[in-house]
Order: sequence, then structure tokens, then C-alpha cells
Amino acid sequence: MEAGLLAALPVQELVFFINRGLLAGLIIGSVYALGAVGVTLIFGILRFAHFAHGDMMTIGAFVALICVALFPGGGSILGLPAAFVLMPVAMVVTALLAIGVDRTFYAPLRRAKVRPVVIVMSSIGVMLMMQGLVRLFAGTGTWQLEAGGAKTIYRLPLLGRDIILTQPQALLIGFTAVAAIALHLFLTRSRMGKAMRAVSDNPDLARVSGISIDSVVRATWVIAGALAAAGGTLLALDVTLKPDLAFNIILPIFAAAIVGGIGQPYGAIAGGMLVGFTETFAVFNWSVLLRPLAPLLPDFVEIPNRIAFVPTEYKIVVPFFILIVVLIWRPTGIFKGRVVK
Amino acid sequence: MSALPRRELVLFSGLVVVVALVFSWMGAAYGTRMLVEASCYAIIGLGLTIQWGYAGLFNVGIMGFIALAAFVSLFVTYPVNAAFWGSGAPAELGWALLAIAAGAAAVYAASQTHRLGLPKAWRTLLTMIVLAVAYLWAQSIFDPATTRIERGAGWIGGLGLPVWLGWAAGGVAAGALGWAMGRITLGLRADYMAIATLGISEIVKAFLKNADWLTRGTLTVSPIPWPVPTPQELGFVASRAAYLSITAILIAVIFVLLQRAWHSPWGRMMRAIRDNEVSAAAMGKDVNRRRLEMFVLGNVIIGIGGAALVTFTSIFDPSAFMPLNHTFLIWVMVILGGAGNNLGTVFGVVLVYVIWTMSEPAALFLFQQAASWGDALFGWRAPADLSTRALQMRVFVIGLTITLVLRFAPNGLLPEKPVKYE
Repeated sequence: MEAGLLAALPVQELVFFINRGLLAGLIIGSVYALGAVGVTLIFGILRFAHFAHGDMMTIGAFVALICVALFPGGGSILGLPAAFVLMPVAMVVTALLAIGVDRTFYAPLRRAKVRPVVIVMSSIGVMLMMQGLVRLFAGTGTWQLEAGGAKTIYRLPLLGRDIILTQPQALLIGFTAVAAIALHLFLTRSRMGKAMRAVSDNPDLARVSGISIDSVVRATWVIAGALAAAGGTLLALDVTLKPDLAFNIILPIFAAAIVGGIGQPYGAIAGGMLVGFTETFAVFNWSVLLRPLAPLLPDFVEIPNRIAFVPTEYKIVVPFFILIVVLIWRPTGIFKGRVVK
Repeated sequence: MSALPRRELVLFSGLVVVVALVFSWMGAAYGTRMLVEASCYAIIGLGLTIQWGYAGLFNVGIMGFIALAAFVSLFVTYPVNAAFWGSGAPAELGWALLAIAAGAAAVYAASQTHRLGLPKAWRTLLTMIVLAVAYLWAQSIFDPATTRIERGAGWIGGLGLPVWLGWAAGGVAAGALGWAMGRITLGLRADYMAIATLGISEIVKAFLKNADWLTRGTLTVSPIPWPVPTPQELGFVASRAAYLSITAILIAVIFVLLQRAWHSPWGRMMRAIRDNEVSAAAMGKDVNRRRLEMFVLGNVIIGIGGAALVTFTSIFDPSAFMPLNHTFLIWVMVILGGAGNNLGTVFGVVLVYVIWTMSEPAALFLFQQAASWGDALFGWRAPADLSTRALQMRVFVIGLTITLVLRFAPNGLLPEKPVKYE
């Protein structure tokens, strides 16, 4: 009886859906979430859209690449990819770089009390500089972050089929979860986290109550830079490292930050997941899931080979569509962000 | 207007000297080509100076508007493709377009059901369901139609109309897209507009690149018809000079109109809105509507300039549209020249474009030198793709220029002049 029921279940299709739909969405959503947390913190505290964030992720990944080239055996002790073990170095370097960029390019403009949109443009200038530097030193080709050898693959058997997850993907999902919890504890329990939330809510009130805006700004860049480096490294570990990685990723990250509500770190994580899942489901071939139903349907209904909402080459439309819908329908985002006007 | 505008005179005479030097080094054909391209960029720059200089609107999707205008211009002016019109494909495509219109009407109707007393939550749900169904249905009719065009006639070809009509249509199309963008983002923070325009420009590019039935995609279309006799008929210098005269007339007309608008009550209202939105609104100005006006007008001009630029290259290649060349370069031109000063914008465009074209051989030369020095002194082997990397240096320089200008000369070389009313 039980065996008969199992046989009737479309296990193969179900596992395919978990692998190509749910897990793929979770993976890309984690990358978006790591980027969007930084964008939303910067947007909430410094009040501008940081366009150079995608390139900061690329630079973080390249720092990790350099570390791997210097210490190729770095990961063998723990049985993990060298890039993951050396990732803290990349995070520290990128965080310092972020502080340096802020000191050199954004802080003078803030002191001159320019309109926020001028700082946005300055961040576009920084974006181009980072792009130029990365391509100047690394060329325009692709790099492999994993020095030789196949990725370790985890298989979880489910009803006779395997749910497949590579090691970098598992690390990415795990790291995002840990980072989310750590961020939550930092923002709610630590002094600096509370100060950051206060500045995000009301900068003037925060200043008169004795919060040092400078140290809050520094902490913001440290968190944003470190998470960006982690996101870039883990993405590059999962796929490949390309210098133009950043430009394709910046729009979904902004969409995630705005969907989640500007200045809301939890919103950014939720928004990243939302954008990631929507993107994956939009290009997912749904006819795979409909095929098991074919015997139940009348003959004149034919299931096409491909039912996808968006062709893969138009993937970039998805985050944009989400962005437009949110801007029309609820500009504050799902979690009621602060900065609208 | 009392004193001689010495700053303008000095800067422009310097520019003339630089251009003359380029002519003498690189020859007349190269020089005229550079000037024609600079003049097209000048039209685009004037469009941007309306948006940024007059109204403070932040458009980082110039590439998308240029690409759209260039495509529409191509569609209007390219010779008719008889193979397409002779087949059954036009009828099929017509049905597909009707299906899209019907789907849009159904979605609109569903979104209005709250007037019939449906609760808002149900209306939203109903609209979403109707949207998904209508989308899949229209797609199922549209896709076979486009596939048949690609299999049969290849692509739909053009309409074979005069070039000026194509440029005008390109401007209108860019303006229409700008209107849609503006309606959504103008009421919000300027940052949202930046993000949205960046997104739409990538989408326009992705669409033009992949819609093979419409644009031949990566196969590219050439030659695009010119408004003047082509180099094959007249020779390079003469035909390019003729083209230059047309773009120069366009610049002159747009320039005079903008100058008049700047000094008119309308221009004063725009500056008031830009400089103090709250008080302008308190004076009864409809801030968002005026901004939309500016945004659309700027995009129309950007579209005309973009159509002229791509027509001049005489090849339509969707992958050739780059955010660097078609968005950020123009930003550097406008903010370096002086946003809000039409003369400054034209100056900035020509200056930056000359530097931009000259920087390619200069960067290559510098890097070859550095590589040979490095080899001689330290035995350093230059990477094989040194020349492609050297060109990336220009990306860095563009970014550095943006940040430096914003910090040290936020008003540009020829700053905006405050208009005084006696």
C-alpha cells in the first residue's frame, strides 16, 4: 500500500523542483541578502544609494583570490575551500577599503552639505574607478576561486532521489544564516548597534543625545564592507569570478533593499530572499511539474515543453518589475522603511 | 552682458586650438568624424543638462534612451523588407499585438473592479491572477509569431521613411519611455529614479539584443540610411562634413530654444523648483508635473541625439551600447562643462570627447612604454592582454574625474550664471 502511494508520487519532478527551484532561489537570495544588508544600512544611516556596492563585492572576492594564491593550502586543514577559510582576511581588507573610500570621497561631500543625489553620483564615480582598477589588474577574463579539483558535493537522499548541494552552496547558505543572527544580536544587544539604529531613525536626536556620528558611520562601513566581501567571495566560489560580476548584481540588490524597506536590515534579508526566489521561479520551467498530471488531463490539453514566465535572457526584468511594483504600490517597502522623500 | 565673457572666449579658443591640432595630426577624415560624434554627444548633453542642470533630475539610464531612440529611428528609416510583408507573418503579428492589447484591457478592467464594490484585497488578488493568465496567454500567441518571422523573413525590416522622420520618432519614443519612468519615480527620492533609470536602460538593451525578429539582435543591422550622401558617393571628408552641418544646425536650434526657455518665466519656475522645492510648491507650482515635463523634454532631446549618433556609425549593434560610453561619459561631459549652462555643456562635451578619443592611443602608448621599461629594469613580463587592460584605465579615469569634479569644482568649468532680474 505504502509503496504504491510512493510510486504514485512524482518524486523525480519534486526533487528537480527542490534542486532547481527552491535551493537555487535560496542560494542566489542569500547573495542578494548579503549585499542588500549593506546597501540598506548605508541608505538608512548616510541617506544615499551606494552604487559602488556591487564592485565592493567584486573587490572582496578578488582579495580572497589573492589570499588563495598566496596560501593555496589554507583550507586543507579544515577540509574546506581555501577561499572560505581565508575569507575573514578579505572581509577585513574590504571593510578597511570601504572606510577609506568614505573618508576620501563621501565624507568631504557630506561636510560640504551637498544634496544627497550628488553623493549618489560620487558613488557612481567610485564604482567606475573600482571597475577600472579590477579590470586593469585582473584582466577581463574569468577566474576560478577554487584552485583545482572538483567541488565536494553533498547528497541528501529523499524518497530514492538525491537533493544535491555543493559545498560552496552549503557554506553560502550557512554563512548567511549565521550573519543574519549575528547582525540581529549586534543591532539589538550591543551599544554600537543601538546607536546605529538611533542614527537611522533620527540623526539629529541621536547627535544631541551624545552618539558619535563618526563612529556609527565607521561601523556602518565595516559591516557593509565585510558582508559585501563575504557575499562576493561566496558567489564567486559557487560560480566563477568575473570582473563584471558586480554590474549584474547591483539592480537585484537595490530591489531587495527597497522591497525590504530602506534602513531595515531584516527587511533587506527578507527582500533578498524574495527577489532571489522570484527570479528563480520566473525562469523556472513549470511544465516539469505539470507533466505528471498529463494522464489525468483530457487529451486535447497538451502540456507545452516550456512554461516559464520569463525567458532566461530577460532575467534582469524580474528584479526591476518587483522594484516598480513596490515603488507604485508601497514605496516604504514591506517592512516600512524610513526614507521615502 | 556688459563685460566681455572672457572665460568663455579663452576656453573656446583653447578648444579650437586643440581640435585644430587633432586635425593636423590625424588628418581631416578622422577629425571630421570626431567632430560629428562630438556634435551628436552635444545634443545628448543638452538633453541631460535640462534634466540635471535645470531640474536636478538624476538620469543614469541615458544608454537605454539612446538605444531605444536609435532602434525606432532604424525601424522607421530602414528599407522595407519585402520578404516579411509578402508572407503571412504581418497578419499573425497583428493578431499577437491585438492579443496583447486585449490582455492589457483585461488587466485594467480587473484593476478597476473596486468600483463595482469588490474589496481592495480581492481586487489586488484578482488583478494579479488576470495579469498572470493574460501574460501567459499573450506570450503563447506572440512567441510562435516571432519564431515564424525569424525562420522565414529573418526580421521585420523597416518602413523606408525619410531620416528626419526617423530621428523625430526616436525622440518621441525616448520621451514616451521617460514619461512612463517619470510617472513612477518622480514623486520619490532622487535615488529611486537613479536606480529605476539604470534598470530600464539594461532592460532596453537586453530586449534589443534578444528580440531577433525585431532588431536582428547580435547579427546587427547595417547600413543605416544617412540623411546626407554616404562616403561611398562623396568621399569621407565631404560626406562627414555634410553630416556635421546637419547636426550643427540641430544643435543651434536646440541651443537657441533652450536659451530662450532658460530666461523665460518657465525657466525661472524650473530653477525655483530645483533650488527650493518646498517654497516652489508653496507658491502653487505643481512640482512633480513640472519635473515630468523636464524629464520628458530632456529625453526627447537625448533621443534625437542618440538617433543621430547611431545613424552616423551606420551600424545598429545592440551589444555596442555600453553604460560607460553612453551614460557615464555624458555625465562627465555635462558636469565638467557646467550643468545648467548650455554653452558650458557644449564646451564640456567637445573637450571631453576629444580627450576620450585621444586617450585610446595615449593609454596604449603609455602602457607599452611602461611594459618595456618594466621589462628592461626588472625583467617584468607584461600580461598578454595588456592592450585590453590599458583601455580599462579609461574607466578608472572617468570615475576619478566624476569624483574630483564633484568635490573640487561642483559647478564645472563654465558655471551656471544666476539670472538677475532688475
